[in-house]
Amino acid sequence: MWGFVMILRAENLSKRYMRKSGQGNNFYAVKGADLTLESGTVTVVTGRSGSGKTTLLHLLAGLLTPTEGKVWLDDSDLYALDDAQLSRLRNARIGVIPQGRSCVDTLTVLENALLPGTMYGGQADPDAALVWLAALGIESLAAARPAELSGGELRRVAIARALHQNPDVLLADEPTGDLDDENTQRVLRLFRDQAKAHHKIVLLVSHDAEAAAYADRIYRMDGGILKSD
Amino acid sequence: MKLSQLPLKNLTRRPGRTAALMLLTAFLALSVFGGSVVVDALRGGLASLEARLGADIIVMPAEAESKVSFKNLLLQGTAGAYYLDASALERVREVEGVGQAAPQTFLASLKADCCAVKVQIIGIDPATDFTVKPWIEQSYRRELQDMDVVVGCRVNADVGEDLRIYDLNTHVVARLAETGTGFDTAVYCNMATMNTLLKAAEDKGVTHRITSDGEEVVSAIYVKVAEGYDVGKVCNALNGHVRKATAVKAKSMLTGVADSLTGVSRTVALLIGAVWALAIVILLIAYAMMINERRREFAVLRLLGASRWRLGGLMLKEAALTSLGGGVLGVALAALLVFPFTTLIESSLGLPYLAPAPGRVLLLALATILATLLIGALASAWAAYRLSRSDPGNALREGA
Repeated sequence: MWGFVMILRAENLSKRYMRKSGQGNNFYAVKGADLTLESGTVTVVTGRSGSGKTTLLHLLAGLLTPTEGKVWLDDSDLYALDDAQLSRLRNARIGVIPQGRSCVDTLTVLENALLPGTMYGGQADPDAALVWLAALGIESLAAARPAELSGGELRRVAIARALHQNPDVLLADEPTGDLDDENTQRVLRLFRDQAKAHHKIVLLVSHDAEAAAYADRIYRMDGGILKSD
Repeated sequence: MKLSQLPLKNLTRRPGRTAALMLLTAFLALSVFGGSVVVDALRGGLASLEARLGADIIVMPAEAESKVSFKNLLLQGTAGAYYLDASALERVREVEGVGQAAPQTFLASLKADCCAVKVQIIGIDPATDFTVKPWIEQSYRRELQDMDVVVGCRVNADVGEDLRIYDLNTHVVARLAETGTGFDTAVYCNMATMNTLLKAAEDKGVTHRITSDGEEVVSAIYVKVAEGYDVGKVCNALNGHVRKATAVKAKSMLTGVADSLTGVSRTVALLIGAVWALAIVILLIAYAMMINERRREFAVLRLLGASRWRLGGLMLKEAALTSLGGGVLGVALAALLVFPFTTLIESSLGLPYLAPAPGRVLLLALATILATLLIGALASAWAAYRLSRSDPGNALREGA
């Protein structure tokens, strides 16, 4: 049993954009979201395309300054930190798996997986990274460059990189989007294991109905509004 | 794997992109370094010409074309022959304010053994000369004997060899340092040797304007004005006193050369400026485009925990490596283009041209490389600044 609970909390979180096409044409990608994520739990956010799921994830990761509201990771108000502090915190505690391609093209698969660990002068641990690549079935691609990989393989590299980073919080945007059934199950099991066995906060943004089966809590985004299912 | 290795990996594993940026920087460095060397050589040439001339006033035959001929001699070493009676020297010395007066006699060779073209033979009077002698003394400290010659650096004859002029053998005793002027293709001798050569030329029917009464002749008289006298007034006095001769202030003779040089220098400087401006704009656009293309890659680095400063540092290192490579390549290409073709540049510009000393060339090369480094840094810093103004989340959404 873990003796403490880590919390990622959003209070009245909003992100408003202005469309370039017209003056005063504002819209909320996320509006007034309140959310508390605890360690040891898997939370899934579902919703249609354009409903604001990805924006919510970026706000929670400290990657997108909110128009209103706050995000707390334990005692740290993410957007009250300066850029250097927030970057360092993200490197140490928040693992993000973004949508789409997220590998550095000039690095090999293994080098991509090692990248977060090198950010602040830490020692790269290729053996540990290879364990994650093996867990995701891509260890044979360690020396390959991203341009040689399929969409599903690239997705698994991003997941391996986030897992190797060993953060307290895992935020994954459509992590099973390009994966076949077998790999979808493998990835979802890994995320659940991270939450249950390693006491991490796991948030999955997903269209995938299978993801819901692994969730402790499910939310739905609809027109920028976060609703508990 | 260390983060500091990332810029080098980005450069070596994207050779096409790296080569394009390097070539752009190399073009900038080539134009700046090549242009700077040419301007420096022109300035050096003028300074050398002024130093070699060393006189306040030059008295020449009054023929309309003499001034042009003399300038041609100075700049291109174009051989010519025009003469005054040697008695003009005495008339010059009679004028108040003349401190020193040194005669020189010019004779164009026929095709000499040394050269495919005619060379200018200049006879000096070692006893009175104050213009060429100090220069000769840098290479040869002894008195010039009869039929001894000292050759300019571009005359193809070695010390100790015989040089055949008008079927007479002269003996090369020294070779002069480079001046970047027409003097580099001239041959110097004393007046006795010159008179012998003049007679040989006359026998061959080459010179027609030597005085017929057997008097010795001179082509120009160099005058140093005595201290306390005004050069302009002495010049006017000489024009009134010496028959069939024109006295010209040396500075005014060089004014035309200096004006041409200023014009060429200004044109080259303008071209360098234009190339700089163009290259800066192109580099800024190139870096902006490159960084725009790589927005998602940089956003990924940000989401992995790179701060703005850390990311800016990586971009700066990449730009510095590219600029350094491009700068060195550009300087090397410019050196290959400029130094082997010194003679061609000199003849096409028609101006005194003295290639800078190796130390100066090294300084210009270092300054050029430093400038390209600064421009690369500026371009990437500007692009990094623009990138830092946007949240990484936006870049991730746009490029997804």
